[in-house]
Amino acid sequence: MKRLAIGFLVLVVGLAMVGVGAAAAAGFPTKRITYNICFNPGGESDITARFQEAPLKKILGQDIAINYKIGGGGALCWSELVQTKPDGYTIAGHNLPHIALQPLEMGNAGYKTLDLKNIYFFESTPNLLLVRIDSPYKTLKDFVEYAKKTPGAVTVGGSGTSSANDLGTTMLNKAAGIQLTYVPFGGTGSAVPALLGSHVTALMSYSTMAIQYAGKFRALAVASETRMEVLPDVPTFKELGYDIVEGAYRGVAAPPGTPDDVIKILASAFETVHKDPEVRKKMDQNGFKTESMGPEASLELVKKKMVEYEAIMKQLGRIK
Amino acid sequence: MGFSFEYLLQGFATALTLQNLFWALVGCFIGTLVGVLPGIGPVSGIAILLPLTTVLPPTSAIIMMAAIYYGAMYGGSTTAIVVNIPGEASSVPTAMDGYEMAKQGKAGPALAISAISSFVAGTLSVIALTLFAPMLAEFAVVFGPPEYFALMFMGLSLVISLSGHALLKGLISMALGLGAALVGQDPLTGAARLTFGTVTLNAGVDFISVIVGLFAISEVMINVEQRITAISEMKITNWMPAWADIKQCLGTMIRSTGVGFFLGLLPGCAPSVTTFVAYDLEKRMSKHPERFGKGAIEGVAAPEGANNATSTAGFVPLFSFGLPTAPSMAVLLGGLMMYGLQPGPMLFAQNPQFVWAVIASMYIGNVMLLILNLPLVGMWAKIVNIPFYILGPMIVFCAVVGTYSIRFQAFDVWVMLIFGVIGYFMRKLGFPVAPMVLASVLAQMLETALGQSLLISQGSPFIFFTRPISAVFMALAFLSIGRGIWVLMRAQAPEVAVEDPD
Repeated sequence: MKRLAIGFLVLVVGLAMVGVGAAAAAGFPTKRITYNICFNPGGESDITARFQEAPLKKILGQDIAINYKIGGGGALCWSELVQTKPDGYTIAGHNLPHIALQPLEMGNAGYKTLDLKNIYFFESTPNLLLVRIDSPYKTLKDFVEYAKKTPGAVTVGGSGTSSANDLGTTMLNKAAGIQLTYVPFGGTGSAVPALLGSHVTALMSYSTMAIQYAGKFRALAVASETRMEVLPDVPTFKELGYDIVEGAYRGVAAPPGTPDDVIKILASAFETVHKDPEVRKKMDQNGFKTESMGPEASLELVKKKMVEYEAIMKQLGRIK
Repeated sequence: MGFSFEYLLQGFATALTLQNLFWALVGCFIGTLVGVLPGIGPVSGIAILLPLTTVLPPTSAIIMMAAIYYGAMYGGSTTAIVVNIPGEASSVPTAMDGYEMAKQGKAGPALAISAISSFVAGTLSVIALTLFAPMLAEFAVVFGPPEYFALMFMGLSLVISLSGHALLKGLISMALGLGAALVGQDPLTGAARLTFGTVTLNAGVDFISVIVGLFAISEVMINVEQRITAISEMKITNWMPAWADIKQCLGTMIRSTGVGFFLGLLPGCAPSVTTFVAYDLEKRMSKHPERFGKGAIEGVAAPEGANNATSTAGFVPLFSFGLPTAPSMAVLLGGLMMYGLQPGPMLFAQNPQFVWAVIASMYIGNVMLLILNLPLVGMWAKIVNIPFYILGPMIVFCAVVGTYSIRFQAFDVWVMLIFGVIGYFMRKLGFPVAPMVLASVLAQMLETALGQSLLISQGSPFIFFTRPISAVFMALAFLSIGRGIWVLMRAQAPEVAVEDPD
């Protein structure tokens, strides 16, 4: 009798667990969601996540735990993500071109571009070349001339390897016929102090930092098609004769195999957040350009960019 | 923007409202608790509570989150002293002398001195924060990659003093620690190393897993082996430290405040790093360095003071530049921005009421923590009397949960267990474990800074010697290496560890 009772108990517990598993997608989310940030605190991904956190919590009805996985220009974070349980409870910020460039360039980046299941792309920021406000280089022309005289000695800090900042520096090298030394940092958050302390000559960073550090840094040029509304005095590289349009898209991705209905719930949550005029205003003021691409549109963008970047990297001689 | 008494008084007026006092107390209590629990650190504590903060007014929320952070520095020493398992990475050096004291029946005084030292350092640091915050902010950016490398290199040279007479064993232990930290992706380039082609190892070894394994699991294993029924048969004779003890530690407290505070201004210099530096400094300043590792009370006061000073110092770059020095600080930064408070040079000018209220609350918080911790000393110290068949499984349980909670990966739990076994054999064979912990804590910053420096210098290692600050650190490091070798040669001691083989 006792044995039977135990057997029954085991059966009930087992069934209950199966039941919980099946119900997971239906009532998603039923517990805290972990949102991994792949770069240093204080950078763009972090800033955006902080804007999103409270509204996401309101929409999804669950806590959002923000964690940092820093290293390898994001590769560390993404290679971990693709191994995580695909239940939608762990997501990570992801960036283009990083996710397209790293698998191309690093050999084994620990993930493949299309492994990352796109949820939503919510913003983009163009590259921007910054020097200190007391720097002798007032214009891009001054900077390029100096770099021509001292090949290799001019250092440019930026966020990550095989990232938008890294690629932007290579593009400038090629377009201007100079040799800048790119120094990668764990993210914009740790690259900024390096320029504040004059440890690098310049930063290849994003539009956001020109606004946040307006009194400390001078923006020499921005890599957008046309001048940015929030930075009306900063010329584009194009205006100055260098055909460089480059920057980063930021979004969120889930591990491969995450159910589509879960992705949909998350995507619509992010969409609601970024349609909120309050959030929108904060994003604009901080120099972010709002994007709104759901799972399908994001995947299309990624696929399109993969082809484009492969060609660019070959042309720049960074891959064979 | 300098210091103004008026602002500080206004800050106190805000911090002393009933609501803010209450949230400061909640923060202090939770901070102590996450400090006590091994593996669960202030980051998880703050993260779990973050949802609460959306319903609070910004000042109360930040007051509470700040209190959790510095409160955790008080709690971390408890288990380090009583059962030789540091509650936080920042209390690893505390265990070295604290546990020895506990074995000698002086757990009470050790716990008390750690609370007192935390209080003294915490309060002195808040005073420094009050008076010099805007000025000190400039100090942080003086440190570029070469300075970071030199600082970390000097940190690594502490292995020599941590190893005692077993220098070779200490170096092996350090090499193991560095090797473990190398597993996974290169922090700079993303290249996979020592992963044997697997994806699992790509994520690398988290140093929290290493610490928890080396201390908690190996401690349990050793106790099981010796069939110990209580973790130690010590009797606690008196709880309060003698007045002479406090007087003896006064200099230590002030020095470790200095070390902890200045290094704490640097992004990335977490309390887990500065505590080692402060411990080493005390050992060198002491007239009887041989007492260290055998229950020297200064060996408890130094790291406990330093970790509090460091956690307070982190508010300087946070408020002045919006630069978070540690993950917990980033969460706070997020909190600030959530409420539309943009940290940076303008914060002091634009939101003085807020900033000064938070600073004022830190004076109050430190008093609260002292009151909260001192009377509880007796209670904490009694943990040792819990029978081992209850305490042991509890420790293992906490270790597993704590490690899993870092990044929710079962892999980390395995790493922790493996390091538990490694730690067990290291202790059995007389290898000091502290150098391994130190190496795994410092490795990533060391490596990143080395790579960046060599890029800046176009490959020349002289960059570390031509810049004044890094040159000073490098000189100190080489001095300490030279001295270690000299002492070893002179003593010609056989390779035995200082620790008893218990």
